[in-house]
Amino acid sequence: MKRTLTTSLAIAATLALALSACSNAPATTAGGVDASTATSLTAFGDLAALETAAKAEGALNVIALPRNWANYGAVLDLFAQKYPEITLTEASPDGSSAEEIQAADNLQGQDTAPDVFDLGLAVALSSTDRFAPYKVSTWSDIPDALKEESGLYVGDYGGYMAVGYDPDAVPAPKKLSDLLGSEYKGKVSINGDPTQAGAAFAAVGLTTVQSGGSVDDFQPGIDFFSQLNAAGNFLKVDPTPATIASGETPVVFDWDYLNVGYGKTLEGQRNWKVVVFPGTGYAGYYNQAVSKDAPHPAAARLWQEFLYSDEAQNLWLAGGARPARAEAMQVEGTIDTTLFDALPKAPETTVVPTEQQSADAATLLGEKWAAAVQ
Amino acid sequence: MTIGVRTRNGARVTGGLPMTGGVAHAPSRVTRTIILGVIGLIFAIPIVAMVEFTLRKGLEGGHDFSRWITLFQSGFTGAYRPVIVALGNSLALAVGTVAIVLLLLVPTMLLVHIRFPRLRRLLEFICILPITIPAIVLVVGLAPVYSVVSRMFGSGVWTLAFAYGITVLPFAYRAIQSNIDGVDVKTLTEAARTLGASWANVLARVLVPNLRRGLLAGAFIAVAVVLGEFTIASLLNRINLQTALVVVSKTDPYTAVILSLLALIFAFVLLLLIGRLGSGPRARSVKGTP
Amino acid sequence: MPRPCSAKSGRQLSSSVRRTAAAWGLLPFAVYVFLFLAVPTLIAIGTGFFDNTGSFTLATVAALGDPVVLTTFANSFWLSALTAVVGAVVGAIACYALLGTRPDGPLRVTIDSLSGVLAQFGGVMLAFAFVATIGIQGMITIYLRDTFGVDIFENGVWIYEAPGLILPYIYFQVPLMIITFMPALQALKPQWAEANATLGGGAATYWLRIGFPVLAPSFLGSLLLLFANAFSSYATAAALVSQGSQIVPLQIRAALTSETLLGRQNLAGALALGMIVVMAVVMTGYSMLQSRAARWQR
Repeated sequence: MKRTLTTSLAIAATLALALSACSNAPATTAGGVDASTATSLTAFGDLAALETAAKAEGALNVIALPRNWANYGAVLDLFAQKYPEITLTEASPDGSSAEEIQAADNLQGQDTAPDVFDLGLAVALSSTDRFAPYKVSTWSDIPDALKEESGLYVGDYGGYMAVGYDPDAVPAPKKLSDLLGSEYKGKVSINGDPTQAGAAFAAVGLTTVQSGGSVDDFQPGIDFFSQLNAAGNFLKVDPTPATIASGETPVVFDWDYLNVGYGKTLEGQRNWKVVVFPGTGYAGYYNQAVSKDAPHPAAARLWQEFLYSDEAQNLWLAGGARPARAEAMQVEGTIDTTLFDALPKAPETTVVPTEQQSADAATLLGEKWAAAVQ
Repeated sequence: MTIGVRTRNGARVTGGLPMTGGVAHAPSRVTRTIILGVIGLIFAIPIVAMVEFTLRKGLEGGHDFSRWITLFQSGFTGAYRPVIVALGNSLALAVGTVAIVLLLLVPTMLLVHIRFPRLRRLLEFICILPITIPAIVLVVGLAPVYSVVSRMFGSGVWTLAFAYGITVLPFAYRAIQSNIDGVDVKTLTEAARTLGASWANVLARVLVPNLRRGLLAGAFIAVAVVLGEFTIASLLNRINLQTALVVVSKTDPYTAVILSLLALIFAFVLLLLIGRLGSGPRARSVKGTP
Repeated sequence: MPRPCSAKSGRQLSSSVRRTAAAWGLLPFAVYVFLFLAVPTLIAIGTGFFDNTGSFTLATVAALGDPVVLTTFANSFWLSALTAVVGAVVGAIACYALLGTRPDGPLRVTIDSLSGVLAQFGGVMLAFAFVATIGIQGMITIYLRDTFGVDIFENGVWIYEAPGLILPYIYFQVPLMIITFMPALQALKPQWAEANATLGGGAATYWLRIGFPVLAPSFLGSLLLLFANAFSSYATAAALVSQGSQIVPLQIRAALTSETLLGRQNLAGALALGMIVVMAVVMTGYSMLQSRAARWQR
């Protein structure tokens, strides 16, 4: 009896103590630098010091980076090759931007929490309280429109919204309204939910500008998908290389670099063509951010430095995406000109939404999307 | 309609009643075969479809075992290593959950049964509650709880066992309680105590052997539920067998189906074993412990 | 819990002291259930009543009246009701077919194990099975298309929306029915059949006048259990439906994921509250019917 009493009391006491305990000890590196508050390379001294600090941490958690997304596979492999002491863990490769933030919230304080994010603009804008500001050494190369001034998030690569299709399954769509036709019944899909995924958000943006609207108001885009749904053409399946290969998703709204990538990966298995509708094109960039509660803050910042180095930027270019430092690299001559010239032709007019327009669109989608396509 | 004969000493009437296996008005063999056959056939279709799916060769059509061979030959390295890790996670979680059932639930059930019989309805209500509060609802409130738990116990996946213990409560409770009700626990404990056994001995040498059937059934049901659990792991961003299967299915649906088939077969064998082990040597009289 | 052994010291503690000591033995389980059942449930329900700044508000709960959410609840209702009824009827027929077989015989043991597996094991794998069966490239889809020229997806691809969940749900409802209803069928006392025969009744009278009425509470109770099971089911839907939230559990998923963007904080909590209310009503009905049924089994 006495033993049970003591044990029970001990459990209760431990619980009480633990529940009241709170602190999270700051991660200091060997050199006494607190990596989690470093806002640029100067806090570490130089790249070598950052590398040492990162290697001491020994791990990096990335999330929602599919290997065939803008050639991320090669980027991840190069990093692993350069820094074999840092174990790279890739979580949820098919996750959406919103799911990245959710994972950060759910895993807060644990070693499996994501260190870095790659997010669509809308999600990045609404989640800045989870980011730690960090300006990479090549900060000045990045156009102002693509970065948040204090370094909370910064554009990494971008492209145009396009439509990929299987020429054996459907006729080639020449303009947006073609997709409302009966030949596309149950065949048109977008890459995710617009309130969660950047690619889907951009799909609505494309249909907005192609329907004659402007990015100030995404309603025309929502209306288009409402019509598509009513016609029975809207297929509510997330397209992946697997679904394209099996023929489940014959028409896909997705970034041009992704659609081109599908074509290349599935050569021999499925024919795939990509069209960027003429007229107004919708372009968008994804954004890098460092998690405020990153379990490996030095490694997270090393990853950022790596991504904005010439090598990684060129790897993204090889994936068909436009890297953020493209213009600066063109001037410096470090860009791979063959790849750059091979990028798909841009439409006459290009629209890139500003932060305000993104935020407004996100609010509108939150209110209207679910009802529009139910 | 013949009524049948009643023997002179008033023995039970059985004549005239259509009986099968001692049950009145049970269906004839033919009816039974037809009904079970039809239902069985319909239920077999998805399984057959799964097998057929995994044997497909690709765009050209035709069937062969190439996908199975590649999967096993690659030895689960490379792209499929995460599945093995996830399976390890799930098994560890199963062990943890069974531990919670055996070390936390069973002693409480016995204590209530022996000492606090009036609390039995309350315990039953608590154990059935997780059916009313399904995992999808529970997980909405588990995220904040787990942020505290992870600070105390670290970030291993095994901490999910605490939540799984709750989801398993209704099944484990029913399995164990039916056994407790069937065995006269009170008399056994009193007898053992009178003979001088300590409580530890009572538990280990008197109660557990008699309750073995219910304990095993409860334990194996816990394993089956944990291996198939998806909701909590997925919405709390942990990796277990089912979440890994979903990730695999996005890139390679064929492998996902192969792994699902393997998991289903494993679970079926496991539950068959329960049936066998559980109905092992019938509860023998253990008034005097050997 | 060892108490000072009477064999050792011969001293007996008073029963009230022993009672208190034994009560401590209940503490670990009580703490466990409190921490991992009571607290999360309270948080889940409670968050629906607070907005992000922490002040009490009824706005989030009022959001349950939104047409989208109402449609979601309606979808969940008809899906659960349909699959519960079909599962209950088919399951009851299967139980009837199993009447009279040896409980330890190979047929019963196999069916028990199969039912156990299919009822409890992984909605995810069920989703894959049905994609392989009636998915766009499924075995049955292709067979129907090639042999009969029937394209089941002529009017849209329904398998990835709420209607597509019907067949997978029935697939695990029937085994659950077999598991829960079989004991009731087995509890039919042979004396009743004998009484029926003595009074000159046949099989029809037996079932109509005795069997069905006695089994009715169990049957309805199991039906309610099946309804609750389908209503709260998440894994199959999550694995099948990647876009859209046609039923309540998927709506909760969307609310948890898109919290930052939907502009409506804590909607998941409100949805959880709605679900619990429905489940509580259904399960109360179930337990009332169970105690009704137990009367016959005494």
